[in-house]
Amino acid sequence: MQIRVLAFARVRELLGDGELTFDLPEGATIGDVWQAAVDRNGALGALAESTRIARNGRIVNDSLESVREKDEIALLPPVGGG
Amino acid sequence: MFAIVRERIDLERISEATRNASCGAVTAFAGIVRAQADDGRPVIGLSYEAYDLMAIRTFEEIADEARATFGPCEISIVHRVGDLDVGEIAVAVVVASAHRAAAFDACEYAIDAVKARAPIWKRERYADGEEFWKDNACGQGTPAP
Repeated sequence: MQIRVLAFARVRELLGDGELTFDLPEGATIGDVWQAAVDRNGALGALAESTRIARNGRIVNDSLESVREKDEIALLPPVGGG
Repeated sequence: MFAIVRERIDLERISEATRNASCGAVTAFAGIVRAQADDGRPVIGLSYEAYDLMAIRTFEEIADEARATFGPCEISIVHRVGDLDVGEIAVAVVVASAHRAAAFDACEYAIDAVKARAPIWKRERYADGEEFWKDNACGQGTPAP
């Protein structure tokens, strides 16, 4: 299935694009999305602790949560607004 | 009014759009691009980016929390993205309420929460050409390529 992935700031730079499509098997999890990102650029691995992941605009705290086709997954490094 | 904008922020216009005839107090906070980083390094500007959909939803949640805590008030949160020069407004929080206590308290609560939670990122651009992503949690920079 095709999952739309948005990347921001430092994570966007490491992935080379702010909007990507990952092809993942049915039943894939949030953790699988992150792993697919790390597979694109291993340097992301160092950001695993600090990067939060949102599914359809809501932070996900469980890496085992499933993702579905048409979900919008966002990779969010530590914020710096204001 | 909750918005992510690319154009210049007009604080007076946001203030007028926020208050109504039942509001006797308005507080307005503007976060402005400074010419020095926290370590004193000369800054020529900041570049912001946001996850718009989630940022606006976060602004709405923060406003709901502020009203639940401090009482009825009208709240606007507007953050600018793109390249900003020194002296320009990056973020505006305006709170209008019947009396001043709620306006002051809700305004401080809202800007603190925006800085802590809203999915917005800031890249500092220095006079020597270097750029760093700066986050609000630890205040440390991450070198930008």
